[in-house]
Amino acid sequence: MLAKGQPVPIAGTDDEPFSILADDGTIRPGTDAPEIPDEQALKLYRGMLQVRLVDDRMMKLQRQGRLGFYMLSMGEEATHFGGAYPLRMSDWCFPSYREPGVFFWRGYSIKDYVNQLHGNIEDPVKGRQMPVHHSANWLNMVSISSPVGTQIPQAVGLAMGAKISKKDDVSLVYFGEGATSTGQFHVAMNFAGVFKAPCILFCRNNGWAISTPGNKQTASKSIAIKALAYGMPGIRVDGNDLLAIIAVMQDAVARARAGEGPTLIEAVTYRRGGHSSSDDPSAYRDPSEPKEWEAKDPLERWRRHLESRKLWTQELHDKYSQEITEELMACVKAAGELGNPAPETLFDDVFAELPPHLEEQKAEMMSRPRPKPAHGGH
Amino acid sequence: MPVWNIIQAVNDALRIEMRRDPRVVILGEDVGKFGGVFRATTGLFDEFGGDRVFDTPLAEAGIIGSAIGMALYGLRPVPEIQFADFIYPAYDQIVNELAKFRYRSGGQYPVPVVIRTPYGGGIRGGHYHSQSPEAYFAHTPGLKVVIPSNPYDAKGLLLSSIRGEDPVIFMEPKRVYRAAKGEVPEGDYTVPLGKAKVVREGSQLTVLCYGAMVHTCVEAAQLAEKDGFDPEIIDLRTLLPLDTETVLESVRKTGRVVIAHEAPKTCGYGAELAAMIAEKALMSLEAPISRVAGFDTPFPYTLENEYMPSPDRVALAIKQTAQF
Repeated sequence: MLAKGQPVPIAGTDDEPFSILADDGTIRPGTDAPEIPDEQALKLYRGMLQVRLVDDRMMKLQRQGRLGFYMLSMGEEATHFGGAYPLRMSDWCFPSYREPGVFFWRGYSIKDYVNQLHGNIEDPVKGRQMPVHHSANWLNMVSISSPVGTQIPQAVGLAMGAKISKKDDVSLVYFGEGATSTGQFHVAMNFAGVFKAPCILFCRNNGWAISTPGNKQTASKSIAIKALAYGMPGIRVDGNDLLAIIAVMQDAVARARAGEGPTLIEAVTYRRGGHSSSDDPSAYRDPSEPKEWEAKDPLERWRRHLESRKLWTQELHDKYSQEITEELMACVKAAGELGNPAPETLFDDVFAELPPHLEEQKAEMMSRPRPKPAHGGH
Repeated sequence: MPVWNIIQAVNDALRIEMRRDPRVVILGEDVGKFGGVFRATTGLFDEFGGDRVFDTPLAEAGIIGSAIGMALYGLRPVPEIQFADFIYPAYDQIVNELAKFRYRSGGQYPVPVVIRTPYGGGIRGGHYHSQSPEAYFAHTPGLKVVIPSNPYDAKGLLLSSIRGEDPVIFMEPKRVYRAAKGEVPEGDYTVPLGKAKVVREGSQLTVLCYGAMVHTCVEAAQLAEKDGFDPEIIDLRTLLPLDTETVLESVRKTGRVVIAHEAPKTCGYGAELAAMIAEKALMSLEAPISRVAGFDTPFPYTLENEYMPSPDRVALAIKQTAQF
């Protein structure tokens, strides 16, 4: 275990990612695991299960033509909850488009989630963005952008802002290994290092950026090793090991809060599904590859861990599944029955107040017959 | 009332607002101890300290990206981009992020960042120290675009921009940074965004301009006046939102229009002005709308005086349009 205040080792690909939980869910000998109280341990299980069940149902809805688009997280759920768990509510998170678990952990409801996917009148972002581009300012969850990497300098800037304001809040920013090829990543790493920003830069290295494998993104031995050049600690962690992610996150958060600056975390995981509902991975990768990763499933590993702590039972699992599914189905039904945001809201929120030219365009739009909605059955 | 130049007026506005509002921070290249390459932030580091006035690494995407994050946390960042020509590495952060944050989050996340940047030619700066990229930003929903021409407006418009709730691209006419002098009240005052100003009343035709071009157009008017012409000159001050009322009122009175800007002609801001006037006041027009603009070439070094709209070129357009 990495003690608070100690420099975190830079681990290259030659080293195994830092891991605490063995495949059978027991704690590896010689590792110092963070203590997760029983209630929290079960809540983490329920959360990961919720992402799994919601993803499954939403992909089905997408295939039925009831959702325009979807992106699933199958096999990467531990990165969501391992990142979210050590944060306070006054901390901030800049998600990319594959961390719904962070939203859920901080209190985003299934109802909000499903309404966003539908872009209906109760969508928290008012139908302004494609499905999975959530935003929840009441949870310090920042609006998601589609272009990869743009959120990284913003998260560093927010952390700089906290430091300037003499607060000990930290920011956590997620991105995939593909985003480490962007200029935004390098600019952000450099700013974070120079300003000792209290920021945790969390790379979900899931091996694939749509059809492009990780070895086409970088010639570095790892993502974590890039931290060295920017004067910050970098660590490679098993991205399917919830306990190990919590451990490295706790360490990084403690360092950030103590004014010791940023940390780059590379969580090594795998994108078992397609990039999105529009993608077909069978066109570019060996189907045996995702199969192999099924054996390392993070939810199953956590289940075994809970079983070893005598916390998990089939009955409890069934109860969680039933509760989640019932809530989800009710939300899906309700979301499908809700109407679209009113046409005139198209012009809201471009600016704080409606300027004259938009007033004029709004009047023009409202004076003509309404077209059919662009998507959905509502 | 002191007579100041634009640099002094900008500096004073920043100082007033930093004293008034502890959320205001300044960041950029060389803006700290040095006070900026044009000295617009002189003395601010000494008064407010390195937490509120700080140099960044040399990366515009980082300057704007991090400013967005600071605004999300509740600060009021006023980043400086050293030359408008260097703004493009931050283009994605400005156009796709800053401009769209409020909208894409359903109003959850306003990001009131005011980007100050010197623009324009006439300083022997070649391609990369002379450009006028205002049209790119006026074309981006979610951004306000403000361009003062004189010290009084520079101070009042900058104070309005920083106190507003929207992102602003605040472009400063560097050719006249020091040459344009005028009386500036010492205390606090604002000039509202979205309001143009008639700088010369006239009956014969309307000249629309902004920034350094206002001075060129005033000179052109003096030349034309000698030959008996009587142009009205309007300093737009804010390109977005545009004060269409003031523009149209003048056009309806004169029936003739000359538009002047340094940026290339094709799809320049003048194209929008001409289209707007054609849409709303075609029947008032008695002559084709004339545009005096930079040519559709990259900004040249040696031949910059050929490229830049000069008083002579504008005066010629005034005469031709008036006599059409």
